[in-house]
Amino acid sequence: MGNSQMTPGIAAGRLPADRIAANFDDLHPAYAPHEAAVAADRCYFCYDAPCVTACPTSIDIPMFIRQIQTGHPEAAAKTIFDQNILGGMCARVCPTETLCEEACVRETAEGKPVEIGRLQRYATDTVMAAGTHPFRRAAPTGKRVAVVGAGPAGLSCAHRLAMLGHDVTVYEARPRPGGLNEYGIAAYKATGGFAAAEVDWLLQIGGISIDYGKRLGSDITLDGLVSSHDAVFLSVGLAGVNALGADGEDREGVRDAVDFIAELRQASDLTALPVGRNVVVIGGGMTAIDAAVQSRLLGAESVTVAYRRGQESMGASSFEQDLAAQKGVRLMFNLRPVAVHEGEIELEYTRVAEGRVTGTGETIRLPADQVFKAIGQKLDGAPEGIALEGGKIAVTGAGRTSVKGVWAGGDCASGGDDLTVTAVAEGRDAAMDIHASLAG
Amino acid sequence: MADLTTTFLGITTPNPFWLASAPPTDKEYNVRRAFEAGWGGVVWKTLGEAGPPVVNVNGPRYGVIHGADRRVLGINNIELITDRPLETNLEEIARVKKDYPDRAIIASIMVPCEEASWKAILPRVAETGCDGIELNFGCPHGMSERGMGAAVGQVPEYIEMVTRWCKEYYGKPVIVKLTPNITDIRYPARAAHKGGADAVSLINTVSSITSVNLDTFSPEPSIDGKGSHGGYCGPAVKPIAMNMVAEIARDPATRGLPISGIGGVTTWRDAAEFMSLGCGNVQVCTAAMTYGFRIVQEMISGLSQWMDEKGYTATSDFIGRAVPNVTDWQYLNLNYVAKAKIDQDACIKCGRCYAACEDTSHQAIWMKPGRVFEVNDAECVACNLCVDVCPVENCISMVPMTPGETDPRTGRVVSRDYANWTTHPNNPAARAAE
Repeated sequence: MGNSQMTPGIAAGRLPADRIAANFDDLHPAYAPHEAAVAADRCYFCYDAPCVTACPTSIDIPMFIRQIQTGHPEAAAKTIFDQNILGGMCARVCPTETLCEEACVRETAEGKPVEIGRLQRYATDTVMAAGTHPFRRAAPTGKRVAVVGAGPAGLSCAHRLAMLGHDVTVYEARPRPGGLNEYGIAAYKATGGFAAAEVDWLLQIGGISIDYGKRLGSDITLDGLVSSHDAVFLSVGLAGVNALGADGEDREGVRDAVDFIAELRQASDLTALPVGRNVVVIGGGMTAIDAAVQSRLLGAESVTVAYRRGQESMGASSFEQDLAAQKGVRLMFNLRPVAVHEGEIELEYTRVAEGRVTGTGETIRLPADQVFKAIGQKLDGAPEGIALEGGKIAVTGAGRTSVKGVWAGGDCASGGDDLTVTAVAEGRDAAMDIHASLAG
Repeated sequence: MADLTTTFLGITTPNPFWLASAPPTDKEYNVRRAFEAGWGGVVWKTLGEAGPPVVNVNGPRYGVIHGADRRVLGINNIELITDRPLETNLEEIARVKKDYPDRAIIASIMVPCEEASWKAILPRVAETGCDGIELNFGCPHGMSERGMGAAVGQVPEYIEMVTRWCKEYYGKPVIVKLTPNITDIRYPARAAHKGGADAVSLINTVSSITSVNLDTFSPEPSIDGKGSHGGYCGPAVKPIAMNMVAEIARDPATRGLPISGIGGVTTWRDAAEFMSLGCGNVQVCTAAMTYGFRIVQEMISGLSQWMDEKGYTATSDFIGRAVPNVTDWQYLNLNYVAKAKIDQDACIKCGRCYAACEDTSHQAIWMKPGRVFEVNDAECVACNLCVDVCPVENCISMVPMTPGETDPRTGRVVSRDYANWTTHPNNPAARAAE
């Protein structure tokens, strides 16, 4: 006790417990039934709706919204889950402002889209709250499929395969399932242990077992999996983190943003989680924003996101940028790290010419008790003998790798955005392709 | 601000907005509040015979149809006429009329279809000093089972007979309120006219069941698991009411018979539309029951503003202006050819016009790459469905073709001459006449 936002260095309990609890409350509270009905009524039920086209999982959005409108949120949820078994989490974490809601014709008309994400949450929460599972497993096929990684892609693939009657074993390196849903998303987007509850709900389909503490390359091998299963789906994510390439990178207080977020997500008491008085986050994507905003919410006095390119190139959506600004995070552009000093970070201004970033020579120093690296993740420990493309597992079609009988999807596979919803789509599609090949 | 003073049957009120005979006008307390809020007149809740008053159900008496966000689109009711003693109502009418000499008070009456009953009540009503009476031949529920209300309104001979009695035993204006629950509204209107009515008012409520409870299978409103049809009113019935008003306004047998328009009047615009179709004033109920008496202030300011914009200085300037434009289908100009035109700048690319046209109409809209929707003039029959379903106002318009142009659908040159079905070559009657 006794710490405040002004406490020097890295310290826990900068804010009172009630403030922290309020700060990490639901970002978008759930709709009440009447709110949902009013929001649903705004949908025009477009022909060949642009929102569906914009959704990586192609959820029939106008149909599920109409089902909400007619008083059947559980039927709406079924429509969602048909395409996206993690529709509950996607309703919370999808950057809808750049996907379905950006495509919504009411965005075109009024700058105010139908709130598809919140409606999707309303529908899926109804089913989650009831605890019912709307799918039944087909008769067992006797085929065994290994899924490596219990993140969104792996879970999506496993569920679809199990539904089709195959027996699935999911091998997970961490002690808990969910992947980035559990370890990697800002806490205020998935409150109340939602990620874990969603996995429990998903597993109700049956036919899926999860084997924890099994890391590919050390505890299990691809060869071993291939020989013991009828098919393998790799969804190992990107465990590696890119280095800054700046002096002093190994100083205490410099750490990976993904680790900080994971620690925060797993913390039982956020008042015990230390954060710097002055925090600088290096990067420009969602991870950078999540780390920065949560640092502020924990009570950091100043938080700055430093991105090496201009604002227009930032990976984080404008909604995320606005959220960060609203929470008091400073966004700085065209700055790259040069060196980390004691309590400071030195950054160099940049210019971008023909896509290439070069330093101008001008530097600036910012106070920094803590520096988070959020400049992208990379595939760590790809199995030998599998073709890569751009540092990821090369796939063609519905996630087929260069190795026969091995599919891949999610962040570890080439192509597609690094989004939860994209991972779910890839897992689902790979499952359908695996199913077809097992049947054939 | 245009002056809204309106004289109807010699009764002058500061505006044409009257409250219809209904719960809002059931007693002195409400009517005083209504007048303070600005209503030009009221038709007092229907009086019955002297003696023990009617009784109402003790459960729900209203059902509802909601639009988005629980907007009230229509209400139905199974309430009967006033359930307070006749004496009480008469005393209150006299008192309020004395205090508001510039507002209209019309007494609505419903007594059995016997001359003695009417002869008994009319002098007592006259004593109150009210400005006229309205004969309730309209309520479709409850009282109709006892041979009153709509049971009378559905028999033109009874209408004429009772109207005649009223004209004989009462000296001030007699308005006959008509039920819409009849095949052709002109017959009861003609009967009222023949009986000497000074005016008709319409419509009363439409027989209806608003909904069925799918757990109990009881119609709503439900009284102990059972329901009875009620009378439907509110915005949902306005189109039905306006057609009936227009039919009477243009019927040669009743032309010039004053009409008080009723049926879903909610805004100044609704009132202006009813009045343009020949109504000397309008009566309102559901809007007041939904929003309270204060809404009349919007009606007053809205109608004044519109009149100012149009240069009308009195309501008589526009009353009946639309009547000459209501005609029979057979007289519509078949040489008038229009085509839908989509304003690409206004289009938000929802594709509703396409779905409607492709699935349910004439396959006259193309969906081109980039969600560009264009009208195929060679198929467009100008049905207007695309305009109706388009969520953007004025995005799709019906553009008349210029005479001399060739209609790509028919290959015929658009004529500037008026030609209707009566002379069309496909009309057997037209051929027979040759």
